[in-house]
Amino acid sequence: MSARWHKLYGWLDERVDIDELVRFMGKKYVPVHRHSIWYYFGGVTLFLFIIQVMTGILLLLYYKGSEQLAFESIQFIMSKVQFGWLVRSIHSWSANLFILSAVVHMFSVYFERSYRKPREITWLTGMLMLFLGLGFGFSGYLLPWNELAYFATKVGTDIAGVVPLLGKPLMLFLRGGDEVTGATLSRFFGFHVAVFPGLFTVLLVIHLLLVQRQGMSEPQGLEEGESRQTMPFFPNFMLRDILLWLIVLNVLAILAVFFPWELGRKADPFASAPAGIHPEWYFLFMFQSLKYIPSRVLVVDGEVLGIGLFGAAGLAWLLIPFWDRKSARGIRNRTISYIGIGVVVYILLFTILGWLS
Amino acid sequence: MRLPDGVTGPPGADGAAGGEGGRRDFLKIALGAGALASLAAVLYPVIAYLKPPKQAEVEVTSVKVGKLAAIEKDSGTIVRFGSKPVILIRSAAGDLRALSATCTHLDCTVQYRKDLGVIWCACHNGKYDLTGRNIAGPPPRPLDEYRVIVQGDDVFVSRKT
Repeated sequence: MSARWHKLYGWLDERVDIDELVRFMGKKYVPVHRHSIWYYFGGVTLFLFIIQVMTGILLLLYYKGSEQLAFESIQFIMSKVQFGWLVRSIHSWSANLFILSAVVHMFSVYFERSYRKPREITWLTGMLMLFLGLGFGFSGYLLPWNELAYFATKVGTDIAGVVPLLGKPLMLFLRGGDEVTGATLSRFFGFHVAVFPGLFTVLLVIHLLLVQRQGMSEPQGLEEGESRQTMPFFPNFMLRDILLWLIVLNVLAILAVFFPWELGRKADPFASAPAGIHPEWYFLFMFQSLKYIPSRVLVVDGEVLGIGLFGAAGLAWLLIPFWDRKSARGIRNRTISYIGIGVVVYILLFTILGWLS
Repeated sequence: MRLPDGVTGPPGADGAAGGEGGRRDFLKIALGAGALASLAAVLYPVIAYLKPPKQAEVEVTSVKVGKLAAIEKDSGTIVRFGSKPVILIRSAAGDLRALSATCTHLDCTVQYRKDLGVIWCACHNGKYDLTGRNIAGPPPRPLDEYRVIVQGDDVFVSRKT
C-alpha cells in the first residue's frame, strides 16, 4: 500500500512539483498569543460555506423554482424525501451560523486592525463576501415562497427602489416586474444558485491565496514586549481546526434535529402582512431603525434618509483600511476601537429591541 | 527595433517620418472605437434583456366584491383589484370605504385592526385612520382611495377618476 502511494506521489511530483507545496505548507506558522482564538472563525466560516454548497446541491435535486411549485416542493422535501427535513434544516441553520461566524470573524479582524497594510485586499474581499452572504440570505429566504418571505422580499426590494436615480430600474431588475411575483422567484433562484456562488468562489480563492501568501496577521501592539510564540500550521493548527469543525457539525446537527426550520404558510399576494412579521435576525437592527425614523426629516423622506445612512456607513466600513492611516503606520488608533464598540453596541441594542417588539 | 543599415522599416514603424504619427493615431482610434463598438454591441442586448418586458395587463376599472349583507360591520377585507390588493372597510356604523391596501411606506399589505379602529401595517407599525390618512409611524403618504358603489345588494369597487 505504502509503496503504491509513494509511486503515485512520485508520479505527480515529477509532473507538478508537489514537494515545493509540501515545503511551503511546512513553513507556515500560526502566531500564538492571547487573541489566537479569533483565528478560528475564518475557518469555521469556510466550513459552513462548504456545508451550504453541499446541502444546497442536495436541495436542488428536488426544489422547483416557480410560484406554483416552490412551496409544495419544499413540503415534499420535508415530508416525503428521506432525510429531506434534515438537509433543509441544516441548510437553513448553517446559513444563519455562517452569517454569525462571518460577522464574528469580521469584527475580530476589525478590532485587531488586521486589515491594515499590507492586508487591504484581504479585508476588501472578505467584506464583499460578507455582503454576498447577506445576498445569499436574502435571496434564499424567498425560495420557500412563504408568507414571511413574500413580505420580506417586498420590503427589501422596495428599499432598493428608494435609492435615487438607480433605485427604480434596480427594483424592476430585482423583481422582474413591478410587483413581487413568480418572476422575482425565478431571478432570486438564479442569483442564489448560480450568480452568487460564482462570484463568491472567485473572492474566496483570492481571500485564501492572500492569507497563504501573507501569513497570519498579528494584532497591533503585540509586536514588541510579548514573546513571539508560534505553532506550525500543519499539522498542529489544522488538527485544531478540524476538531472545531467537528464540534460545529455536531452543533448544527443538534439544532437541525431539535429545532427544525419551519416552512410557514404559502405566500398569498392578496393577504395582509401577518402581525409579528420581521426579517432574519441579521437584518433586524436595520429593520428596527427604519421603524423609528419618522416619515419626513426636514425635506428628506424618512426611508431615503435611513437607507442613505446605512449605505454610507456600510461603504465607510468597507473602506476602513484606506482611511485608517494611523494603524497602517503602526500607530495605535483608539478612535477605531471607539467606533467599533459603538457599532457593536448599536447593532446589539437594536437587534434586541427588534426581537422584543 | 533596430534595422540593418540601408534597410528602411515599414512606414510608421518608428514614427520618425512626418504624417506617420497621424497614421498610427488613426489606427489607435480605429481600434479603440472598434473595441468600444463591439463592447456596446454585446452590452446593449444584455442590459435590455435584464429589463423585464411590460406584461399586457387587462386594465381593471371596476370589480364586483360581493353582497352587502355578507360584509360584516366593523371589519376589513382584502379584495383583488387587478393585480393590486384593495382593503374594503365597513365601519361599525355600516359605511363602506375602499382604499389601496399597499402601505405607502415599503409596500407591505395593510390590515384592519378592530381593537384600535385603525388600518395597520404589520411590517413597520404604520397606522392610518379609516379615511386612509397616515396618522402614525413611518408611512409618508395617505393610502389611495377607491370608490365603492352599491347597486342593490351588490358591492363594487372602482378606480377614482
